[in-house]
Amino acid sequence: MSCLMTTYVARSKQVAARMLGGEMMIMSPRDTTLFNLNDVGSVIWESADGQTPLDDIVARLCVEFDVAPEVARQDAETFIQELAEHGIMHVSDQPIGAEPPRQEPS
Amino acid sequence: MTLTATHELAIDIGGMPILVRTDSAEFAALLEDRYGSFIHAPSSGRIFTLDIDLIPPRTIVEDEDVSVRLESGRWIMTRGDFRAEFDPRTGHGWVRQSPNPYSIDGVLRILHSLFLAREGGFLVHAASAVRNGRAFLFAGVSGAGKTTLSRLAPPDVEVLTDEISYVRPSESGYVAFGTPFAGELARIGANLRAPLAALYLLVQGPENRIEPVDPAEAARAVLRNILFFAHDEELVGEVFKSVFDFVARVPVKRLIFTPDARVWELIV
Repeated sequence: MSCLMTTYVARSKQVAARMLGGEMMIMSPRDTTLFNLNDVGSVIWESADGQTPLDDIVARLCVEFDVAPEVARQDAETFIQELAEHGIMHVSDQPIGAEPPRQEPS
Repeated sequence: MTLTATHELAIDIGGMPILVRTDSAEFAALLEDRYGSFIHAPSSGRIFTLDIDLIPPRTIVEDEDVSVRLESGRWIMTRGDFRAEFDPRTGHGWVRQSPNPYSIDGVLRILHSLFLAREGGFLVHAASAVRNGRAFLFAGVSGAGKTTLSRLAPPDVEVLTDEISYVRPSESGYVAFGTPFAGELARIGANLRAPLAALYLLVQGPENRIEPVDPAEAARAVLRNILFFAHDEELVGEVFKSVFDFVARVPVKRLIFTPDARVWELIV
């Protein structure tokens, strides 16, 4: 992900996610890898609507978790990269069609 | 494929009979011996069919992973020792394998995992047993103690399986069915069904006790033990959803146990 262009991230609509006991769990339908999201991951996941620039998501992380922007960006990019490799997050330099989360009621 | 099917056996697991047809009397006898009380007379109701195409034994690629994929509406199932196809629209399929009980057993596990995924149920690595009309599951990977616990079951307990449990939702909760899918016990389970009372996560320890498990850990543990083979994004999502529904409705606890028959005093 380049720092020079605006990046957008979006949850895959193929992914099922559940919040249970305060913990967000998502599974890659492609390879059944299960991800347990921590608080930072949950905020990124919830914010990944395809319309919100990554810069805005990073800014939200800085405020909510009191971390430096470069740390927040590094964490976010690592997280997004991993989810993207499993086909459960899409990354683009253009806004991505909005996809409502498929989170089931816990 | 056209086969001269002279021997038919309905293998009824989880209330879903599959009529297996073979032209080999020896293989039919092998199936009767292998599946015992799970073999019923062919019924006239809705039934799936599998034609067995026996081929000579050959060198089996032991480490070849199972592959299950949907192609043109048919499930294609392959492993080192078999190739099979099943069309869910017609309820008919075939298996090409050598005369051995392990290949057809693998195909049956795959088919039932597919059937159950559509119904909110699943196959799970767990022993299960019925006591006082209620079923209990004991989940764990190999070595966790599924077979040990099954061996220690007292006479009033009916073991449904020591290896792979069969779970399906019902109006009032979940029902566990016996399966012929045996582990080290090498004995098929009782062909029974009973409402599911609890699932225990097995951990061997110095004493017998039960601990609570938080819902997220319960879901993770059940997901880890699910048997699902198909590369199918929609069905994977269905199984994921089913597991969360399951842990919301069935008590999941940790059973720490020492290999001693007294552990069964806790299972009531």
